Order: sequence, then structure tokens, then C-alpha cells
Amino acid sequence: MNIEILGITVLWVFLFGYIMIGAIDFGAGFFNAYSVLTGKQRILTNVIQRYLSPVWEVTNVFLVFFFVGIIGFFPKTAFYYGTTLLVPVSFGIILLAIRGSYYAFETYGARGHKGYSFAYGAAGLLLPASLSIVLTISEGGFVELVDGQPVLDYWKLFTSPLTWSIVVLSIAATLYISAAFLTWYANKAGDREATDLLRKYALIWALPTIITAGGIIFELRKHNPLHYENIQRFWPMFLLSFLLFLGTVFLIWKRRQYGAAFGMLAGQFVFAFFGYGASHYPYLLYPYLTIYDSFTNHAMAIALIIAFVFGLLLLIPSLYLLLRMFLFNKDYVKGKEDHHA
Amino acid sequence: MDSVFYSRVLTELTLSFHIIYATIGVGVPLMIMLAQWVGIKKNDEHYILLARRWARGFVITVAVGVVTGTAIGLQLSLLWPNFMELAGNVIALPLFMETFAFFFEAIFLGIYLYTWDRFENQKKHFLLLIPVALGASFSAVFITIVNAFMNAPQGFNLVNNELINVNPLVAMFNPAMPTKVAHVVGTAYMTSAFLLAAIAAFRLLRGSNHIYHKKALYLTLKVGFIFSVSAALVGDLSGKYLAEYQPEKLAAAEWHFETEENAPLMLYGVLDDGEVKYAIKIPYALSILAHGSPTAEVIGLDQFPEEDTPPLYIHYLFDIMVTIGMTLLALSAIFWIGMWRKWSFVESRLFRWLIVISGPLVFISLEAGWWLAEVGRQPWILRNIMRTSEGATSSGQVPTMLVLFALLYLVLGIGSVVVLRRMFIRNPVEQEIADRQQVKGGDIQ
Ligand code: HDD
Ligand code: HEM
Ligand code: HEM
Repeated sequence: MNIEILGITVLWVFLFGYIMIGAIDFGAGFFNAYSVLTGKQRILTNVIQRYLSPVWEVTNVFLVFFFVGIIGFFPKTAFYYGTTLLVPVSFGIILLAIRGSYYAFETYGARGHKGYSFAYGAAGLLLPASLSIVLTISEGGFVELVDGQPVLDYWKLFTSPLTWSIVVLSIAATLYISAAFLTWYANKAGDREATDLLRKYALIWALPTIITAGGIIFELRKHNPLHYENIQRFWPMFLLSFLLFLGTVFLIWKRRQYGAAFGMLAGQFVFAFFGYGASHYPYLLYPYLTIYDSFTNHAMAIALIIAFVFGLLLLIPSLYLLLRMFLFNKDYVKGKEDHHA
Repeated sequence: MDSVFYSRVLTELTLSFHIIYATIGVGVPLMIMLAQWVGIKKNDEHYILLARRWARGFVITVAVGVVTGTAIGLQLSLLWPNFMELAGNVIALPLFMETFAFFFEAIFLGIYLYTWDRFENQKKHFLLLIPVALGASFSAVFITIVNAFMNAPQGFNLVNNELINVNPLVAMFNPAMPTKVAHVVGTAYMTSAFLLAAIAAFRLLRGSNHIYHKKALYLTLKVGFIFSVSAALVGDLSGKYLAEYQPEKLAAAEWHFETEENAPLMLYGVLDDGEVKYAIKIPYALSILAHGSPTAEVIGLDQFPEEDTPPLYIHYLFDIMVTIGMTLLALSAIFWIGMWRKWSFVESRLFRWLIVISGPLVFISLEAGWWLAEVGRQPWILRNIMRTSEGATSSGQVPTMLVLFALLYLVLGIGSVVVLRRMFIRNPVEQEIADRQQVKGGDIQ
């Protein structure tokens, strides 16, 4: 493995981390808003306060890690993506702000403003949509060089079926991941009502997820034949991903072992995400930017990797402690303890 | 050209807003730590409660700090793509390390906040705060190193637009770094101390004569005094750094036009057609500030081409910062001498009002300091390497984004103040002390 691949793999792992824990967070916000509408609020609000509030800041750092890391390892991305993404990413920041402030203003401050819950829920759906635009753009065809400056063609972007399939996938997958996780969490908390409700959501969103995922591969055949061809080469990963998907749905359907179901779901996304990533190789932006021509100098790469290793030594035990406190602690999960400042 | 202008305005706006919350984020954990430590040592429930209430408010400011920090982090690439491409190659290391500091802080803050009274041994809970304070201070250290690099870039060679001989460590340990890091971190502690002192003084003025607020005032003004001294001392060293490495910034800040020996310091005054009027002139003081000797030669603006000199209005910023810094130093010193000599004056309403005003003042000083440092670097984004106009994006949509973000910060700013007020008014400290007495059954003074 060369150092360029090592760099992008590290970043891809953290992006994956963000997508998974971010999806749980985003989806929970949506279900919460939905339950406010249907009068079932108590159920989900509890989960959000007990599980999401203590960790939302950590979730955010995964994102920060990714965008700081990509500038560090692949500085040229700043030029191409920085110039073209001003509008979509700025919208993303504003959506993130709505969510971050919700945790602070609502769960610690005064509680219960309905409008805020809706804004928080809506932001949860719009965020994956606006951030997924980055993946769409990376497929190429939407950015052109004009006088040496990259320019994004919005018309083309918003009229492309590829864009919209990726948007739909991002939303469906968010809700699916989130519902599956929350089913497990609610079950651990011994909350039957919430478990049943969330289980239903998980099953509802499973189908759109898998259909759009397949649809995107089909879209790529027209949009980016090179990438499409590469995807074929990784078919075993996508097959495994599909089998794990079936396993997850089966377990949730049978109301069995929600923990294992979520584990399989994570596996499904690992194979799909890394299969997709590997088939994207070596391009960061078709056809302008590869991981090789955008890579930083050797000295910086080594320094970053050393810093990364030391950082991980610090991070892994701390993350473990956090999960033990809030995810695996039975009394906490069941809501028997309240020790908030 | 337009996008350059608007990118600057948007950067100024985001940073000026972020720095308020970020500074609180750096300083307040230290204050919480001190209060909790004193509380555990003296077995004094008041200090523990102080720590707990500060921590509660801190949650709100951290959230806004995280949100605005994420905004500026992304905006650096969105608005200054050319600069970030170059910077990414040379100074990405501290930026990257900063994310680990964030992780560290965020993880332990989550644990700390949700584990009050969960441990038998209070010291265990206290220990969780140490990584929070370390993480926050180190994020300030790392980001300030990046900013120091912009002022004194080194650790690479630029040959025919090609970067060679990059050395990330040399880039990090640039000449601007020691004074800048020390001044920024020290003033962050100072700022938080005065902010919390102002709140305590305000509660005392508003009828509550509870000993709790007095204890808060003693603690915060002690810390405030210590870090005002450090601000002045390290500020002086920052001046010496400027004289050596960025003489144009110092000269512009001091309206020092001609290179000369025995240079006097101009305080205040106005500039009228290149002529300094109404200024207080302190003989030899500039030579002392710049080089530590009354006769030393200080480089003036005559040594620099017009297009390379920063705007002269930074003089006012410098005066504001230093005046406020010295005033607060005096204020906290008088408080301490007064407490020691039992002057009733320091417990008068007037003096308490002065302490209340110190809260907003210290933030004005902080903003003035940053504007001085950043505007004083102009026209360079990377001194002597890249001009600000060369770093900016070519996108035409910056003005729209500017409006959008201005609205966002308005909402966040108002929201955080409203929520904080509500939180503490609904749960006054007297009530909380009474509640805790009932729970514990013991008596707490
Ligand atoms: C509460 C805030 C505060 C206070 C009371 C002071 N400063 Fe300051 N100053 C800052 C907050 C600050 C800052 C915001 O932290 C700056 C901006 C960038 C930096 O490095 O620190 C700064 C920059 C800064 C610079 C420019 C450094 C550079 O551009 O590299 C100088 C020369 C001084 N300060 C000097 C002083 C002196 C002589 C003070 C005497 C009391 C003083 N400061 C008080
Ligand atoms: C947080 C405290 C800071 C504040 C309040 C602040 C303030 C400012 C201001 C007022 C300007 C505009 C100068 C002008 O246009 O005349 C500016 C420019 C800029 N600053 Fe800072 N700054 C801060 C820290 C930093 C740090 C730590 C970095 C780097 C990592 C940085 C990067 C920039 C960049 C890229 C620009 C735009 C280019 C320019 O106009 O020079 N700033 N900042
Ligand atoms: C260009 C300048 C800056 C950038 C790019 C930047 C970036 C960021 C980012 C991305 C975050 C969010 C981290 C998270 O998700 O937890 C953040 C938060 C923070 N920043 Fe900044 N920052 C800048 C300037 C500063 C300065 C000058 C200081 C200190 C003096 C500072 C101190 C902090 C702290 C302590 C936090 C943690 C949140 C809090 O406690 O309020 N930042 N910053």
C-alpha cells in the first residue's frame, strides 16, 4: 500500500464514521419531529436526550476531522472543491448550526418549542442531501475549468437524475440507519412502545434504501462509464453488502437480536461504502484530480501520519470510555440516572 | 475583485463572532477547574455549585463555539482556496492536531457534564475536567500556531511557484509563535475571568447579597489579576517580536513614520492629512517597547513601499487594547489591595459597577487585539509570500452567503444570550442551595 492510499483510507474511515453516527443523529431528529406531529413525542425525545445530547459534539468532530484531513493530505482539493462548493457547503453549515444550537438551546435551556423541533428535524433530512452533493460532483461532468478556475454548472447538476438518486439515497439510508439503531437502543432501554414504533420505521425505509442504491449504479453507467466499469470489478463486496442487508431486515422483521441486526447493517454499509470508494480510485474529482496529483509533499505526509497515530492512541481509549458511559451503561440507558450538570 | 472584498468581510465576521465563544471555551474550563478544586479542598459546597453553574452555562457557549468554528474551518477553504492549497502543504500539521484536541475536549466534556454526583469520590469527577481544559487550550495553541505562520511564514522554499524543502516542524515553530501563543492563551484566561467576575458583581448589585457571589468575585478577580499581568508582559514581548520580524505592523500601529533612534511612543491622537494631532507623546517609550533600550533605532514606515503598508487605523485598535488591558490590571489590583487593607470602597456599588463594565470591556479589548493583528498583516495573507487578493475564491456568490451568515450569527448570538438568561433566572442560586440542602440533609452555611 502506498502512502497516498493510506491517506485516503484514513479519511474514508472517518467519513464513514461520520456518516454512520451522523445518520443516527439526523434520522432521530426527523423521527422526533414526526412524532411531535403524531403526538408520540415522549418516546423519542427521551432517546434523543439520553443518547444524542452527550455525543453530538463528538459527531461533529468526525466531520471536522475529515475536512481538515483532506486539506492536509490532498491540498489541491482546497482549490477545486473549495471554489465550487461555496453554496452547497454554506447551506450545510447553516443546517449544522440549526442542529448544534438545538441541542444547546432546547435540551439544556428551555424545552419544548415545537417550531424548533421541526426545524431540527427538517435540517436532519436536508443535511445528508446537501452534503451528498459533494459525492455527486466528484463523479465529474458538473465542474468545468473556465480561465483556469473551476466553475460548477448548477443547471446541469440539478437536472441530472444522478443528483436526485444520490439525494434520495442519502435520505433513505439516513432514516434506515437511524431507525435500526434506535430500535436497538429503545429495546435496551426496555421501552416496548418505542421499540415497536422504530422497528416499523426501520422496515419502511429498508426498501427505498436498497432500490436507490441499485439505481445509482445504473445511473453511473450513463454518467461515468469508467466508474461503472470499476464498480463491476468489486462485485463481491456489493454482493456481500446485499446479503447483509437481507440479514438485517430478516432479524428486525422477526423481532430478534436487534444488536446483531444493527451490526449487520453496519457491515452492509462498510462493504458498500468501501466498495464504492475503492472503485472511485484513483479519482478525487473526475477527471481533474487524482489522489496522486493532489497529494501533499512527503515530509508533510509523514508528519501527518505520525500525528495521526499518536492522536489515535489518545482517541480510542477516550471513545471507549464515552461509549461505556452512555451506550453500554444499563442504568443510564434505562433512564434511571440523571447526572446532568 | 468583488469576491475578494466580500470574502474578507465574511471572514472578518465569522472570526470576530467565533472568537467570542472560542475564548470563553478556552478560559472557562480553567475557571471551572479552579472552583471545583477549591470546593473539594475546602469542602465548600458553594465553590462546587459555582463550578456546576458555570459548567451549565458553558454548554451553551461551547455549542455556539463548535458551530461557528465548523463554519470558519470550512470557510477557510471555501473563501481562500488558493491560500489553503499552499497552507495545506506547509502548515496542515497543527490544523490536523487541532482536530485531536477537539476530539479530546468534546469526549470528556460529554462525560463530565453527564456525570455530576455519579461518582462516590468527587475527585474522580474533577479529573474528567482536566482533559476538557487541556483540549480547549491546545486547540487555541494549535490554531494560533497557524495564525503565527501567516505572520512569519517559514519552513519551505518557493522556487518557480514550486514548493520545495517543506519542513512542517520548522513551519510550526516560527518566530511569531512563542509570543502569539502565550498572549492568546493568557488573554483567553483573562477574558473569562473578567466575564465571570462581571456576572458575580452584577448579581451582587441586583440585590442578592449571598456569600456565594462574593466567593465567585474573589476567585475570578484573583485569576483576572494574574492574567492581566501576563497579558501586559507578553504583550510587551509581542511588541518586541514585531519590531524584529514585522516592523511595518509595529510602525503602522504606532504611527511611526520616520526610522529613528530615541523613538517616542504616540498614545491616542488622530491622524489629519498624515499629521498626528492631539497625541500624548512619551519620549523614548517606543524604543523601549520595541527593543528594551531608550536609544534603540526603530524602523519607520519610510522603509516600506506604500502598497505594502497596513492601514493606519490599527493605531486606534492598539490603543483600545492596551488602555483596556492596563485599566483592568489596575482594577483587579485595586480590588485586591482594597480587600487586604479593608477599604470599604472596593465593596461599594460604584466599584461593583466598574467590575460589571469590565466584562464587555475585556471583549472589546480581545476584538481590538485580533483586528490589530490581522489588519496589521495586510496586504498579505501570508506575509511577503501571498497577497490577500491572490488567496481569495473566484466564486461570485460570496455576497449572498455573507447575508446568510450574518443572519445566522444574529440568531445564534441572540439565542445564546436569551437561553443563558432564562436558564439562570429560572433557577436562582439561592433556590439551588436550598434544594441541595434538603437533598443532602446536612447544613451548608
Ligand atoms: C483581553 C485581551 C487583550 C489584552 C488586555 C491585551 N491584548 Fe494584546 N492582543 C490580544 C488581546 C489582548 C489578542 C486578541 O490575543 C492578540 C491578537 C492576536 C494575537 O496574537 O493576540 C493581541 C495582539 C497583540 C499584539 C500584536 C501581536 C502580533 O500581531 O503579532 C501586540 C503588540 C499586543 N497585543 C500588545 C499588548 C500589550 C502591550 C498589552 C498591554 C496591556 C495587551 N496587548 C493587552
Ligand atoms: C479568532 C480570532 C481571529 C480574528 C478575530 C481574526 C480577524 C480577522 C480579520 C479582522 C481579518 C481581516 C483583515 C482585513 O481584511 O483587513 C482577518 C483575515 C484573515 N484571517 Fe484572521 N482572525 C483571527 C484568527 C485567525 C486565524 C487563527 C487564522 C488562521 C488559521 C486566520 C486566518 C485569516 C484569513 C485566511 C484571513 C483572510 C485574509 C486577510 O484578509 O488577511 N485568522 N482575520
Ligand atoms: C481561523 C481560525 C479558526 C478556525 C479554522 C477554527 C476552527 C474551529 C472548529 C472547526 C471548531 C469546532 C470543533 C468541534 O467540532 O468541536 C472550533 C471550536 C473551537 N475553537 Fe476555533 N477556530 C479558529 C480560531 C480559534 C481561535 C483563535 C481560538 C482560541 C483562541 C479557537 C478556539 C476554539 C475552541 C476552544 C473551540 C472549542 C469550542 C468551544 O469550546 O467553544 N478557535 N474552532
